[in-house]
Amino acid sequence: MEWFSRNLPYLLAGISVGGQYALIAIGYTMVYGILRLINFAHGDIFMVAGLIMIYASTVMPMYISIPLVLVATVVIGFLVERVAYKPLRSAPRMSIMISAIGVSYLLQNLALYITGGLAQQYPAIPWISDTITVLGATTKRVTVITPFLTIILVIALVALIKYTKIGMAMRAASKDFETSQLMGIKINSVISMTFIIGSFLAAVGSLLFFTNYTGVTPTVGAMPGLKAFVAAVFGGIGSIPGAVIGAFIIGICENIIKGMGWTTFSDAFTFALLIVILIAKPTGLFGEKSTDKV
Amino acid sequence: MKKRVLAVLLSAAVAVSMVAATAATAFAADTVKIGVYEPASGDNGAGGKQETLGIQYANSVQPTVEIDGKEYNVELDIVDNESSNDKGPSAASKLVSDGVSVVLGSYGSSVAIAASDIFKQGGVPAIGVTCTNPQVTQGNTHYFRICFLDPFQGTVLANFASDKFKAKKAYVLTKQGDDYSAGLGHYFTKAFEDAGGEVVSDTFPEGNSDFASYVTTAKNEGADVFFAPVSTEAAALIIDQAASQGLEAPLLAGDTWDSNVILNAAKGKNLQLYVTTFYQEGGNKEFDEGMKEFVNSDSTNKANNGGNDTIAAVSAMGYDAYFTALEALKGAGSTDPAKVNEALWDVQYDGVCGHIEFDKENGDAVRDTAYVKQANTETGAWEFVGEQGIK
Repeated sequence: MEWFSRNLPYLLAGISVGGQYALIAIGYTMVYGILRLINFAHGDIFMVAGLIMIYASTVMPMYISIPLVLVATVVIGFLVERVAYKPLRSAPRMSIMISAIGVSYLLQNLALYITGGLAQQYPAIPWISDTITVLGATTKRVTVITPFLTIILVIALVALIKYTKIGMAMRAASKDFETSQLMGIKINSVISMTFIIGSFLAAVGSLLFFTNYTGVTPTVGAMPGLKAFVAAVFGGIGSIPGAVIGAFIIGICENIIKGMGWTTFSDAFTFALLIVILIAKPTGLFGEKSTDKV
Repeated sequence: MKKRVLAVLLSAAVAVSMVAATAATAFAADTVKIGVYEPASGDNGAGGKQETLGIQYANSVQPTVEIDGKEYNVELDIVDNESSNDKGPSAASKLVSDGVSVVLGSYGSSVAIAASDIFKQGGVPAIGVTCTNPQVTQGNTHYFRICFLDPFQGTVLANFASDKFKAKKAYVLTKQGDDYSAGLGHYFTKAFEDAGGEVVSDTFPEGNSDFASYVTTAKNEGADVFFAPVSTEAAALIIDQAASQGLEAPLLAGDTWDSNVILNAAKGKNLQLYVTTFYQEGGNKEFDEGMKEFVNSDSTNKANNGGNDTIAAVSAMGYDAYFTALEALKGAGSTDPAKVNEALWDVQYDGVCGHIEFDKENGDAVRDTAYVKQANTETGAWEFVGEQGIK
């Protein structure tokens, strides 16, 4: 029992950070599933959501600023796609990837310009940032809420993709981009919807992540973004359940490794694990086998 | 074709403006330039801005210097080294090519070490303001320093931990690849173990913002003190985690934590926090008042100081560094960097943080006391605990 209560905090931290990675990873995996594009700017959208919250909460109450963060992040995600990716739809895939890297640095540098480069303190959101005790471990309430909220959102998303018309369109577009266009699917609105969902989840992820880890800097999105991307690849890129499970595995693994005292290697282990999985199963845990069409 | 014409026109315009700029500096003969090599962004941005503020305030107090019977205007040439070992050297090269007579900075020992060779090759002397790692001045004759060193500071902190808290076990958390953090952690560990204590150490990588597991480990190990010589950005996150997990051991840290970033993070939280530092607010009334007025007079200054007028020790040190540089210029009787470098060895100056004089071996300041302060988490202000020397 004592062993359990000593080690529970590591597990809790792992599950919670895993849930936050999952929310970001979905954005990567959905965009990849449809556009075959690795959206490098996604981690920075996550960071921008954090900054919007900081500035919004100084001038308006929480019940306005939280919805505002969600809406503003969605608008930014939508605009990024329209401005930086849509004009390049028929260009070689490499060009659009470079464009994504450009957007990433643009957002980071804009944030650097606006904040002056200093870490901004994230506001405490009432209720979820209260300190609570779970089975003898003291932590913030958000740690416990995150995995549940993540799972609810993922179930809602899977339902949306399975049972709605736009969901069907998304599935069609991810199977075959050109044919679905010929079948009368408005491909632009499908893609916009993908970015809207991805950005919305990133915004929710940022609310949860920064409530626990309260400093926002212009480059704060880089590491969670990278880990979420790894999680998406790990689970099989293009697969939503894969991304979520991959994210939880990575979050829990890295915290257990820290708990075992190998803090110096926690990131190295995470990425080594990725290599091992990919060698054993090149398409990731849930990835589809790619069949070459002749 | 049109594009090509535009390109030619643009490059011509750039060339003209560059020539104009060089010409302008060449004609202003009565100006002496002091380079300010400080981070304004990145991990150490907050501290670097406060140090720069102290230098700017000193410049506003004393904007001229008499060198060899002639009055010179002092111009500050401020560059941002972005707290980064890769970007620091290019910022340093800019100072060298701008023709500065002496350089002040940097906050953060890593970037100071990274730029050291650039200054050496350029023949420009540098005065470290608050970079406490021994390697900054070791084995060279152009880098000086006005603050105390990490072996001293680490020992002070270790002594303080055993004197004040009767600590037997310490948890030491440092950042990978950060010379300041690793150095101070090492000297603390050494002194603490020599005194019969036990140390558990951990490191975290660059860009890490999840400190939950580290705090848990410190709690599980039953550490009596939590020592974290890290940048203020990581510090704010550690403080938050420590408070939300109800860490009972006091947090100890070195000079970097003496910043209102820390006070803001700790305000309203239930924890104990102690730092060692160079200067205690209230140590020099005239300086305090002037500095506060300078900070309050301008909204940018206030933002750079973290949004209020609490005086950081690094600002006081920046102030002293500026006057030390002026003394060196006077002593050299010339704006030639090589002469200034020679004159620096003999400079003596009584600043707001105490007497400054360099030893003849490495060019380090001779210092034997540090101030210890505690954060009052209710009012969000520093409280003076006492002076601590080494045993």
